[in-house]
Amino acid sequence: MIIAVASGKGGTGKTTVAVSLALSLAADAQETADLLFLDCDVEEPNAHLLLKPAIRRRQEVAIPMPVVDEARCTHCGHCAKVCQYHALVVLPSKVLIFAELCHGCGGCTLECPEKAIGEMPHVIGVIEEGAVGPIHFAHGILNVGEPMPGPLIRQLKRRIPSRGAYPERSEWGSAGLTIIDAPPGTACPVVETVRGADFCLLVTEPTPFGLHDLRLAVEVCRQLAVPAGVVVNRDGIGDRGVDDFCATEGLPILLRIPLDRRIAEAYAEGVPLVTVRQKYRQRFTDLYRRILALRRAQTPPE
Amino acid sequence: MKVVVSAMGSELEAAVSPVFGRCPYYVFVDTDNMQFEAVSNPAISAPGGAGIQAAQFVVERGVQAVLTGNVGPNAFNVLQAAGVPAYTVTGGAVREAVEAYKAGKLPGMAGPNSSGLR
Repeated sequence: MIIAVASGKGGTGKTTVAVSLALSLAADAQETADLLFLDCDVEEPNAHLLLKPAIRRRQEVAIPMPVVDEARCTHCGHCAKVCQYHALVVLPSKVLIFAELCHGCGGCTLECPEKAIGEMPHVIGVIEEGAVGPIHFAHGILNVGEPMPGPLIRQLKRRIPSRGAYPERSEWGSAGLTIIDAPPGTACPVVETVRGADFCLLVTEPTPFGLHDLRLAVEVCRQLAVPAGVVVNRDGIGDRGVDDFCATEGLPILLRIPLDRRIAEAYAEGVPLVTVRQKYRQRFTDLYRRILALRRAQTPPE
Repeated sequence: MKVVVSAMGSELEAAVSPVFGRCPYYVFVDTDNMQFEAVSNPAISAPGGAGIQAAQFVVERGVQAVLTGNVGPNAFNVLQAAGVPAYTVTGGAVREAVEAYKAGKLPGMAGPNSSGLR
């Protein structure tokens, strides 16, 4: 089971919800068979500030950059046609490579009829892995100035155990649960993060700003065919727009977290919500059970 | 000789476009007889790399000069590597730009004069 926690709008409480869900399930021995937490917000990972995992492994992530052997190159221009991102330009006597446009797909190397293109690894960031209690933890850190978070997110998501590894999954059991903290927004890094998830929790706030970006995030989930449910954070402020939207769209509101000064203070100190408001552990466990039930209802029996 | 002008429209009377990579049309003009061919910019809505595509596009068509407003760093690199000089046009129609170029009145571009639009 892969649950992505996303939002569209920044600062709605994605990390608070993702961390609270992980800690609540980890505290329940039955749910901890294999619990992985991934922080895919590689441009500004911050879940570790709340979870405080012990980091045990650091691994650099690189993408392959083309290097052209001008002695073998016939300047046929095929590589430039293959590249969807126009990272190569072939002139009559020279090949230009635009590193900031290269997505590291390797297509030019594969397709070169003269085998004149080699690859040089270009480091774009690191992945750090560790654990906190029974929770396996990993996050990616994109180097400042690198324009492409996608390859780092894909590498990070390879930590997710393959579906075949957990036969219990067919029963929608609890083994092999991955909780992913997604980046804000609705563009490439979010799509890369949410793609392939079994469920997406959309965290929002009941304001016109929350609603505006929730609409966009819901559209992303629909295009990716990932079922979604909503968590309303700072409930009680703002207006009824989010509630009305969810009712109209048939989006289940799975949890409401009221505006609570103590929760905000804990967050400011880097303390998870469920540590200061213990009653929320049960609410997050229930949230997980509702997700399982929703998935069961949406999955046709084989 | 053949030059290209970034343009807002597809004829010699069209205004010169101030942007090279994302202009609506490229008007290729033979400076000897003012015969021209206008081609819509295939890269105008490219999500990224429009300047690179545009530069490759005009270089492949054998132009010997580019007359435009602003050229970003990537497009400038391509033009420079291909040995095609760029000249700055500050306004007017395509025909006027070509006449000014023929009269040697257009300043050459020494480097990119735009950060590139994305």
